[in-house]
Amino acid sequence: MHDQFEEVESSLDSVSLRSRAWSSLKADKIAFASVVIVLLLIFIAIFAPWFAPKKPLYQYPDGLSEIGAPQGPGKHFLLGADQNGRDVLSRLIFGARVSLTVGVVATALASFIGVTIGAISGYLGGWVESILMRLTDIVLSFPILLFCIALIAVTGPSTKNVVLVIAFAYWTYLARIIRSQVLSLKEREFVIAARSLGLTTPQIIRRHIIPHLIPTIIVYSTLGVATSILIEASLSFLGIGVPLPQPSWGEMISEGQKYFQSAPWLLVAPGVTMIIAVLAFNLMGDWLTDLFDTSSMGVKR
Amino acid sequence: MSAQSNSLLSVADLTVHFKGKGGLFASQPVKAVDGVTFEIFEGETLGIAGESGSGKSTLARALIGINKPNSGSISVRGNTISNFSNSALRPIRKKLQMVFQDPYDSLDPRFTIAESIAEGLQIRNLPKSEIKDEVRALLETVKLPASLATRFPKELSGGQRQRVAIARALATKPDLIICDEAVAALDVSVRAQILNLLQDIQVQTGISYIFISHDLSTLRYISKNVAIMYAGKIVEYGNSDEVLTNPQHPYTRALVSAVPNISGQKGEKFKSVGEPPDLANLPSGCAFNPRCKESLATCSSEAPKLVTTLSGSQAACHLIKPYEDSGFHKGGENHA
Amino acid sequence: MSRWIVRRTAQMLAVVWGVMTLAFILAFIVPGDPARMVAGTNASPEAVANIRHQLGLDQSLLTQYMHFLGRLLRGDLGVSFALQNQTVGSEIWRALPFTAILAVAGVLWEILLGVPFGIISAYRPKSFFDRVSTFSALFGLSTPPFWLGLILLYFLAFKLSVFPLNGVGHPLIWYLILPSFTLGVGGAAFYSRIVRTTVINVLQSPFIEFAQLKGMPSGLILRRHVIRHALMPIVTMIGMDLGYFLGGVLIVESIFGIPGIGQLAFRSISTLDVPMITGTVLVASVFMVIMNFIVDVLYTFIDPRVRLQRNN
Repeated sequence: MHDQFEEVESSLDSVSLRSRAWSSLKADKIAFASVVIVLLLIFIAIFAPWFAPKKPLYQYPDGLSEIGAPQGPGKHFLLGADQNGRDVLSRLIFGARVSLTVGVVATALASFIGVTIGAISGYLGGWVESILMRLTDIVLSFPILLFCIALIAVTGPSTKNVVLVIAFAYWTYLARIIRSQVLSLKEREFVIAARSLGLTTPQIIRRHIIPHLIPTIIVYSTLGVATSILIEASLSFLGIGVPLPQPSWGEMISEGQKYFQSAPWLLVAPGVTMIIAVLAFNLMGDWLTDLFDTSSMGVKR
Repeated sequence: MSAQSNSLLSVADLTVHFKGKGGLFASQPVKAVDGVTFEIFEGETLGIAGESGSGKSTLARALIGINKPNSGSISVRGNTISNFSNSALRPIRKKLQMVFQDPYDSLDPRFTIAESIAEGLQIRNLPKSEIKDEVRALLETVKLPASLATRFPKELSGGQRQRVAIARALATKPDLIICDEAVAALDVSVRAQILNLLQDIQVQTGISYIFISHDLSTLRYISKNVAIMYAGKIVEYGNSDEVLTNPQHPYTRALVSAVPNISGQKGEKFKSVGEPPDLANLPSGCAFNPRCKESLATCSSEAPKLVTTLSGSQAACHLIKPYEDSGFHKGGENHA
Repeated sequence: MSRWIVRRTAQMLAVVWGVMTLAFILAFIVPGDPARMVAGTNASPEAVANIRHQLGLDQSLLTQYMHFLGRLLRGDLGVSFALQNQTVGSEIWRALPFTAILAVAGVLWEILLGVPFGIISAYRPKSFFDRVSTFSALFGLSTPPFWLGLILLYFLAFKLSVFPLNGVGHPLIWYLILPSFTLGVGGAAFYSRIVRTTVINVLQSPFIEFAQLKGMPSGLILRRHVIRHALMPIVTMIGMDLGYFLGGVLIVESIFGIPGIGQLAFRSISTLDVPMITGTVLVASVFMVIMNFIVDVLYTFIDPRVRLQRNN
């Protein structure tokens, strides 16, 4: 009975990941759309100057009406102008640069910290694990947002601080997930076999543990970019995000809210852009989860 | 196995305790292996049997340095260690290898077959060119086609994977391989092939095995001596034909009678009742006494020691008269 | 079991101690001279020195730390720098009811929206309803809460005048409907996803099949088996969310002008009111730690497997 299952299983698994990814994308329109949107966003962010119809920071005199109110969406300003007469669309396009950079860098940092701490505490166990996990508990039960606001109030808002603060908030989740995966990985027989062969702990972690964590890391990094974009927006909303005049989506919403009763597009345009971006990253994360089947990979139940 | 060979591995009074869960308010330690002593000679196979939880796998893992022993000593070719630090264990670990129960899990699914086998070779610091030849040679030793080298474990059958695991263990040139339920997960026909392969390798290289199994017929087929473990202790030890056809300890008798007989004879039913013991909370005296039908008053107060029985094997049971104590039998087989 | 509770309590206290220490460090890295702040900008250097002595700021770091811990153990959070003659405790006490009601209402939204949608989706996987609800859940997870709050304000309060625009008044619950909805929407989306997965797993398990085979009515199966299983992962999240919300929900409180703990904290940060910052941070994290503890204890009552494990 076991052997029959195995036949089926192995024939399925020998199909390469790339072709499996391709066929699942063809079948799943939503996943396909999400991947396209993410790639497009990255492309737009990189080549922002080529895509933006106007200058993001320039205050166009014709962006404001005679009484000084911002112009609504129209021929000149596709998505309207803001309270300073700047082009909303161009700011959104340059904002993609800021928001994605913050998201990607913060997630990368958080993944690095989370994977290191999770893997070390999971693999070594004992008092190392106790200390690292209590530390994680403390950070998790600390009101992160308050703490970050206080920190930024001290150090002053800067893009670097925003990135650090997001990474500081997100690493704990990864640390916990990675730890539990490593806990079950290290009991797998191929890891014990490697130990009995005489491989050193760093060798085992590098060769037999980390490769199995990659799907999880990819999935949670994708979701992490989505989360980071949202956190950046929250920080900007509270006035401690990416400093002015750099356009970030969160900053645009928080500026827009002051005028939204007369110029609702200032709120709608960045909000919808952000939702589409975050949604795309989340959907892509879901698709990757299914593709890697992280629930069965690396973790044996 | 006629010639008198040299002692390869001897284990004396080995004890492995696990801490009860939870640091400060920890419960009683679990005595997984409790004062185990045995010896294996070159080219010999020792079988170890017992229920799950009897400590046989912990013993195996202690020998290859995965579980740290608390006390006792291990010596390989007279090289004795009783301090089980990582650095002390390393030279011994190289001589002992293990083949695991689950061929679906013991090979890293992300490694090709060649990479898995080569992992054992890299430890020996062989140059790259030699590694390739050596992998090919090892595949040949375990009778696998060289074409499998670039495949992944998923593409192999259970028996093939177990052959790869054996090749990987052989790669370090060990003196002894511990097979922990190594054929339990395989089909009966494949099982026989793997057992024969192991025996062929033994004949060619003079390697020793420790064969851990709950399957007594497998043990009788492959091993010269057999040790029966119960609650972390060896309760009976001796020549496997002798122990398995003429068991002395009540627990061994129960194990043997539980094996279905091919002739259709039902034999005695498994006589002991009740659950396997709770290792954190063992009964006093002989750990087997609550399940033993023949238990005496002394059984619950005093732990029996291993003594040589009339049949020549050793057993730890108050019911058994030690060979030395009995006045007759002076002209026993020992004098012959 | 009792041993487990003792151990868990010790663990909780260790985390609380860690949080206190972190709060102490936090108070130190906030810039500005607290003594000058209390004394006022026009005070003479002698007066400042006097106040510094009164506040114990001229003592060694360790002494200050021990004093700090000692005060906390007596439940004394200190006196606000910015609000003259107000203790931190009384300020927090005044803000707490708003935050508490908001938190409970937010969690109610999460449950009321999340659980039924999750269960219905699970009963009809891949149906139109399931697709719509799965997608809206993802939508809810991807929407910045403050943006949603602002949009709700714009349409329902500003344009249609269905709800009050800002602040709090009488009856309080009327003023909290939009804020609590804004608060709960993200969680509701998350709950429905979790409930859906859990229920699909439960429905595929042999004991449900058995219950169906023996002719148990599906309503009874739902009540007796499905909901119980679906609630288990939810209990953890409800506890965590409640703990998190009770610590003040900065953004929602500031959009809707609710004078809760979040607003208090935010205000104290902008005025660099150190005792108030540490006080609010501490209260928020203690809520979190306590809710975590309660969830863990609750689990032993809900799940017999966990109980069995902890008894040993």
